[in-house]
Amino acid sequence: MIEFAGVSHAYPDAAGQATTVLREVSVRLTEHRIGVIGANGSGKSTFARMLNALVVPSVGSVRVDGLDTAREARAIRRRVGFCFTDPDAQIVMPTVQEDLAFSLRRRHLPKDEVARRVEAALDTYGLAAYRTQPAHLLSGGQKQLLALAAVLVTDPALVVMDEPTTLLDLANAVRVRERVRALAPQVVLVTHQLDLLDQFDRVLVFHEGRLVFDGAPADAVAHYRGLVLT
Amino acid sequence: MTVLATYVERDSPVHRLPAGAKLGGLVVIAALSVLVRHWWQTAALLVVVALLYAAAYIPWRAAAAQLRPVALLVAGIGVFQVFVAGWERAVLVCGGITALVALAALVSLTTRTDALVEVVVGLAGPLRRFGLDPERVGLLASLGIRSVPVLVGLAREVRDAQRARGAATRPVAFLAPLMVRSLRHADQVAEALAARGIDD
Repeated sequence: MIEFAGVSHAYPDAAGQATTVLREVSVRLTEHRIGVIGANGSGKSTFARMLNALVVPSVGSVRVDGLDTAREARAIRRRVGFCFTDPDAQIVMPTVQEDLAFSLRRRHLPKDEVARRVEAALDTYGLAAYRTQPAHLLSGGQKQLLALAAVLVTDPALVVMDEPTTLLDLANAVRVRERVRALAPQVVLVTHQLDLLDQFDRVLVFHEGRLVFDGAPADAVAHYRGLVLT
Repeated sequence: MTVLATYVERDSPVHRLPAGAKLGGLVVIAALSVLVRHWWQTAALLVVVALLYAAAYIPWRAAAAQLRPVALLVAGIGVFQVFVAGWERAVLVCGGITALVALAALVSLTTRTDALVEVVVGLAGPLRRFGLDPERVGLLASLGIRSVPVLVGLAREVRDAQRARGAATRPVAFLAPLMVRSLRHADQVAEALAARGIDD
């Protein structure tokens, strides 16, 4: 379960003044698939980063499965996988197979268990044919699938995805969408592509740092359109 | 096109050699190369390197691709040496450079990066007593290898963007946006590493 309690957050701007990017957000999320939408600068990416303790709130608390992100970042990151917009920033090893194994390095698993999990991930994400291929030679969609596989190979309880289809063409975006829909762990998906959220359980709408709507996908999308198009 | 020698999967005797042995062999040959005095010794070394490529079942195209980045440099040095010191010296110098570049590439082509990184981590073990984490040294090596194609891609994007806007290619106009984009990429990588629990 995810719990935000009175969360606000401010960054210092270039002049040293505090710029508030998230204001008084309180929400409990227990559903399997949760969408997050909002205009650029609305606070949704900061919200997502707080789930992985990449950002710790200035005010209030964020708990994931009872763990406080401000005090238990290490435990949080073992439970929460994070998938970024640009897979090139997330893939740190030169080849596909090595990047998947890298995710498991800090788990101190036996070598044969690492190999078994890597093989399973290669098969599941259709990357087996590219196992020894340099990651930079993959297509955009394959890179994003690799980034997703590198997160999921660690069996996270929660997967947070920050605009994972923004850089992809239609075919690759559809491939990633199908994978996301089939994920077993709880998913929090930040996106500008509203059709990705069709079958989600709950969608949050952020506007100017505030959580302004929380409900079913169709209602949330209608609310969002009303905010930005009127 | 690859910009860096990367592993080519084959079942060959060269592939099966331990990564440490291959790296050690490369260091020894590089050290011994300064003792070479005759052009025929360099020619013999080039033949040995060619035989090693054949033994590793590396396609000739992949082998040639490893030498392409240094071809102009070697050719320039060769021309200079022919005029200044004669053809024997040119073969000695250019053959030596070519053989060492080809050997280093052969190590990369026949060894998985994680095996190379394990060697680096092992070699960095003694640094632990000075407070350095050998795993981090290995990660640094991995990130260095991984960053080369990313930075090449960023440089291409900057160059293309300037061309598209009709801007002349001036060093400052090229390097400034490249540096900004590289630093931004580094920030994103740092955040991704943190998200994967690497700084814990």
